[in-house]
Amino acid sequence: MKPAAFEYIVADSVEMAVASLTQAGDAKIIAGGQSLVPMLNFRLLRPSVLVDINRIPDLAYVREDGGVIRIGALTRHHRLETSPVIARHFPVLTEAMAHVAHLAIRNRGTIGGSLSHADPAAELPMMALLLDAELRVVSASGARTVAARDFFRDALSVDLAEDEIVTEVVLPKLPNTGWGFAEVARRSGDFALAAVAATLTLSDGKIARARVAMTGVAPTARRVTEAERLLIGQRLDDGVDSDVIEAVRAATEPPTDLHASAEYRRHLVGVLAGRALAAAWGRA
Amino acid sequence: MSTRDITVTVNGAAHRHAVEPRLLLSDFLRGTLGLTGTHVGCEHGVCGACTVLLDGDSMRACLMFAVQADGCRVETVESLGRIGQLNPLQQSFHEHHALQCGFCTPGMLMTATDLLKKYPLATDDEIREGLSGNLCRCTGYEHIVAAIRAVVKERT
Repeated sequence: MKPAAFEYIVADSVEMAVASLTQAGDAKIIAGGQSLVPMLNFRLLRPSVLVDINRIPDLAYVREDGGVIRIGALTRHHRLETSPVIARHFPVLTEAMAHVAHLAIRNRGTIGGSLSHADPAAELPMMALLLDAELRVVSASGARTVAARDFFRDALSVDLAEDEIVTEVVLPKLPNTGWGFAEVARRSGDFALAAVAATLTLSDGKIARARVAMTGVAPTARRVTEAERLLIGQRLDDGVDSDVIEAVRAATEPPTDLHASAEYRRHLVGVLAGRALAAAWGRA
Repeated sequence: MSTRDITVTVNGAAHRHAVEPRLLLSDFLRGTLGLTGTHVGCEHGVCGACTVLLDGDSMRACLMFAVQADGCRVETVESLGRIGQLNPLQQSFHEHHALQCGFCTPGMLMTATDLLKKYPLATDDEIREGLSGNLCRCTGYEHIVAAIRAVVKERT
């Protein structure tokens, strides 16, 4: 399992990276390479050019900027996992990062790479949806901002043209909000069979704003807007209503594979939603 | 195919070579440098046998190209100790029978080296979680966990 030959370009700036993408039609960006290199090794992908962005300065950062946190696309998973800024503003993301693969993968993998790759069972696309992330996308012809809810289109398919690159992920702060995260994977660090992340913001002791996101149970990670709507005005002292759980299950299109049936995943995601929401209520 | 000149500091010694961009770091270490301590199992980042340290952080040598390591520092299992002069982690593996066939051992040792640096490893669960990216088909992991636990106890 060796990759096919490719031309290798080291980009020292975002401008150079996108210029290199424009020059070759089938060029690929390599960041952490933790999803790309296996695909190259299997020759599922045979790009003629690989553009390495690992040496671009100032593309890996976690910065507080007024009401938002800015995360550079090249920020490694382990840095997010251990960032005090993330722990303070998005403890739900700190929790999620511990579920992302293994240390050796987290040391290399990047947030920009994970979101651009968009594995249907990965945690980060779910977290980007949950936290209403905005992605800054740059090409040779300019820059644009795309909301996470518009970014993920299908399995391994995102709103990113061949000549575009994600450079930054912006998370609006979410103060005074409870959070919960629940995942089942076959082995610690594996992709989720199903996972749910939720946040609850209260007003006068009742839920004023709810967010529920899930992964592993559809071609992309998803928000469950119907469940979020049902939760408004509720208290969860006596647990989560079954109509909320059923709304979560109804929003799935789970796959059947070697590891779990669609039926099992649909059941599981409801159980996990109950746990995540109960935890969020406890912390709200 | 065009090659590129790279200089990589492996286990403290600088190595300059012309490599094809598609050469995996794992193959560079084993084939080009003859450092066969780094084992190659799955070649797609699942088994952990090829784990090395890149600028001090553990990573899969099969998920990186040698050309990307230009100017970097790489530590392989050969950096830990020698026969008759094992480092404390290797000694603990030896004492706890933490290997049988030995295929996964270099990856286990390099992974544990980074885990010991970055996590408290206060519980066996935490040790097991840390090792979950490294496959061992002989030991059932019990003795590997015990070996690492002993090193954790020693340092506290």
